[in-house]
Amino acid sequence: MDLAFDVLIWGSLGLGLFFMLVGTIGILRMPDVYTRLHAAGMTDTMGAGFLLLGMALYTVEEMVHGHTSYWTVLVRLVLVYAFLLFTSPIATHALARAGLAGGVEPWTNDAEEGT
Amino acid sequence: MFVAATAGILVSMALALLRALLGPTVYDRVLAVNTFGTKTVLLIAAIGFLTERPEFLDLALVYALINFIGTIAVLKFFEYGVLGLTRRIQREAE
Repeated sequence: MDLAFDVLIWGSLGLGLFFMLVGTIGILRMPDVYTRLHAAGMTDTMGAGFLLLGMALYTVEEMVHGHTSYWTVLVRLVLVYAFLLFTSPIATHALARAGLAGGVEPWTNDAEEGT
Repeated sequence: MFVAATAGILVSMALALLRALLGPTVYDRVLAVNTFGTKTVLLIAAIGFLTERPEFLDLALVYALINFIGTIAVLKFFEYGVLGLTRRIQREAE
């Protein structure tokens, strides 16, 4: 039972870190702000989701081991993820809109072929 | 196991900060700071579990909300130049 929990927790945390690092490398390597938004969204949903899932599994394991008061921690983890799910798309949308209003041209492949 | 999670989050925070320093436009910097804030939320949560004090999640909750409000406020400031009175400025512009 403990081994299964440990494997699940390691798997979730590892997947979360993988998505987080990939998203951040995407933010570094993508050519303009709109494509970078795409990579940032990856970080917010998959990366944060799997990391928080790993923490939730750890909390459940602690609850199984007798820390019955840990259910409040579980509620907080769910709340953190719910807030991230609400705020991340709104921030992304506002950022893309502000970028368009501010006159940032979307990147196209033609510009690179021309040079 | 949360040592590994904390270390990984710190590495990706450093990379996001690099984009905030490099970013050619102000929107790139805002985007980098926004993802940096998301990672800070996760870092606070991971450190809470690392030090066996899950009450840190309250701080993470507050930080998630402040990060969102801050991003929207900065974007509004760069779009309109002010934080309030945008309707009046639009009317006067028309």
